[in-house]
Amino acid sequence: MNKTPMTPLLEMRGLRLEAGPVKSPTVILHGLDLTLRRGEVLGLVGESGAGKSSAGLAAMGVVRDGVRFAGGSVRFDGVTLTDLSPAKLRRLLGRRMAYVAQSAAASFNPAHRVLDQVTEAPVLHQTASRSQAQQEAIALFRQMQLPDPDQIGLRYPHQLSGGQLQRAMTGMAMACRPDLIVFDEPTTALDVTTQIEVLGAMRDIVEHFGTAAIYITHDLAVVSQMADRVMVMRDGREVETQRTREILSDPQQDYTRSLWAVRSLERPAKPADTPPLVECRDLTAAYGEVTVLKDVSVRLPTGRTTTVVGESGSGKTTLARVIAGLLPPVSGEVLWQGQPLPPDYARRDPALLQDIQMIYQMADTALNPRHTVRETLTRPARFCRGLSGRTLEARVRELMDLIEMPPGQFLDRRIPELSGGQKQRIGIARALAAEPKFLICDEVTSALDQLVAQGILRLLMRLQDELDLTLLFITHDLATVRAVADQVVIMQQGRIVEQGPRQQIFDSPQQAYTRRLLDAVPQMDPDWLSRVR
Amino acid sequence: MTVTTTLKSAPPTAWFGMAVVALTIVVALGAPWIAPYAETEIVGAQFQPWSAAHPLGTDNLGRDMLSRMIFGARNTVGLAMLTTGMAFAAGSVLGMLAALRGGWTDQLLSRAIDVVMAVPPLILALMMLAIVGASIPNMVAVIAFIYIAPVYRLARAAAMNVVRLDFIEAARLRGEGTLWLMRREVLPNIASTLIAEFGLRFCFVFLFIAALSFLGIGIQPPTADWGSMVKDNATLITFGDVTPLIPAGAIALLTVAINFIVDWMLHRASGLKT
Repeated sequence: MNKTPMTPLLEMRGLRLEAGPVKSPTVILHGLDLTLRRGEVLGLVGESGAGKSSAGLAAMGVVRDGVRFAGGSVRFDGVTLTDLSPAKLRRLLGRRMAYVAQSAAASFNPAHRVLDQVTEAPVLHQTASRSQAQQEAIALFRQMQLPDPDQIGLRYPHQLSGGQLQRAMTGMAMACRPDLIVFDEPTTALDVTTQIEVLGAMRDIVEHFGTAAIYITHDLAVVSQMADRVMVMRDGREVETQRTREILSDPQQDYTRSLWAVRSLERPAKPADTPPLVECRDLTAAYGEVTVLKDVSVRLPTGRTTTVVGESGSGKTTLARVIAGLLPPVSGEVLWQGQPLPPDYARRDPALLQDIQMIYQMADTALNPRHTVRETLTRPARFCRGLSGRTLEARVRELMDLIEMPPGQFLDRRIPELSGGQKQRIGIARALAAEPKFLICDEVTSALDQLVAQGILRLLMRLQDELDLTLLFITHDLATVRAVADQVVIMQQGRIVEQGPRQQIFDSPQQAYTRRLLDAVPQMDPDWLSRVR
Repeated sequence: MTVTTTLKSAPPTAWFGMAVVALTIVVALGAPWIAPYAETEIVGAQFQPWSAAHPLGTDNLGRDMLSRMIFGARNTVGLAMLTTGMAFAAGSVLGMLAALRGGWTDQLLSRAIDVVMAVPPLILALMMLAIVGASIPNMVAVIAFIYIAPVYRLARAAAMNVVRLDFIEAARLRGEGTLWLMRREVLPNIASTLIAEFGLRFCFVFLFIAALSFLGIGIQPPTADWGSMVKDNATLITFGDVTPLIPAGAIALLTVAINFIVDWMLHRASGLKT
């Protein structure tokens, strides 16, 4: 093995990946060049579909089903991976190259103990005996700051939290002391406060063992904490590669600059002094025995945006479901323009139902995949507003114009043919078709790329101004809050921790939890993580 | 994908299945014109061997075997289609209703279906036919009733996966009724599963009718049907004549053919490639 620092550990030359029919392939990577030295961490940044995950997998000589190597080469420590037989490649995988996936929960086998899975690779590759591997795994758990490192491995995956699993998975990847680790969006599914811990633990362990890593993410603030160099990708091509500090302070390409600019979207807050459209009084709600909402009182001023922020499990979605009438509360009441709302949606009269519409996080499941765009939009317009014939067609076209999608191009498309951002727009149009007064937006941008998400946020803000909508905006992302909120409600474990105008919450938070939450938001500063830990 | 490209991607087994089914349908529909003799016409002596006049010989009463085979396709397959259709109409509506309503509706329907499923189908059918009397309408009703159970279970399970999706919630929140939810939101999403099941269930019903006819309480003489044709001519086997195996073979062939098609459709519905 050649250990001289001069030879790169990983070298990709003109790598081309294709999918689909050989005659008319879809090109996933258009001749990508990438070099990684030992102990270096390279960040891969881009929107979804940019080819960053494919590039990460290709660095390990692996392609997804249906994708093939169509040119170029991948050399790992003097071995050309693209020429290797599957059997030889398997001997390298897990031992010298490891992979940490986005969802650790989905990557662990729920039927086996965590420790058995973490020690599987060293035992399989015969780099250590079972007891030796277990000792090392426990040492790794300790290094990853997992609670109770001696015992935690004896639990099953469902008994660990998402953040713990993600750290255990990093430990698993480290078990054979690989030369290269590919992290594929490892913290995207985590809450901000958990994300800090996981990021810190990952960075420490990569530094400790001097492992080279490829860190794939769409979050620029995260990558600036982890990477020595950053490569920005778009449509299977490299946009630019720079040292982290340089790319943050002085991006050369317009596309990089547009990515950077997303985080600075901010709309001036309007005073929340209008009479409340919806008012919740002492709401307590439960799923069976588990109380998820405790004495929540909040007023949502007419024509303003109220954002509810909190980590997963804080009860923010439950609050929305109670208001929508999907989960009748145990006690407390919801007032609509001063009048009590029937707790169950089935008992509300049609006009009231139409006034309250929801937009969902997953546009994939929020729209019926068997319908066309036209069917999706005509039904609520016909059903709720009694439109038909020419007025109906005109209304549908008007809705398409509102969401900035050309009707001629999209009306007869089926839902699965649309991109994520387009689906979300259709979801918004469907809600608007009922001509509601009140829109509940449940994490509407968290499944989208930053650029696309920004477009959706701008659209919602514009619609709010034009149609005088009252918005309840649920999110865990504080950048979104900063962009859209007039009033902010912070929730933790089913209770409201703090609420007030946006400026007040961001500038002078009163509660310790609010401050912790605000501090946990990654910033575009390479020193941020070291500073806050 | 258009119909033609879908058909082009069909494997040879599915093509074979479709050819057999198409042939059966053509024969069944055109029976009076294709068959050389009438369904119940006695054309010669009993148990005549194969000859130019009677390609498959004659049966135990001296009727032309080939003609009865052709008319049998009409009766057996047509009734099986009717029965399966009835079971599916009722079963899938009830299944979707249970999934959409949940709670008491679901409990009541599901437990009632459990009761039906607890008794072996053939025994249940014999019992019910003994009560209501053996006739073609009764037989169709009884088999359709029995097969509501598996269809209900499938429709409910498939619909359960759909009703928890957000678009159902969105439709409910704008006040849509159950009927519309069933027809426009749920049904299109479970249709492929139901169609595949229809093919499979059709085979079962078809075999069931044949079995009941063989036992003498299904399709009543003199109506031609493949099951009772096996029974009526079974004695020929002891003389080394394969004629009774021909209706049996027809049953087997059609069953296999439909299963080939269903396999292909299930495969496509599951989204697996090649």
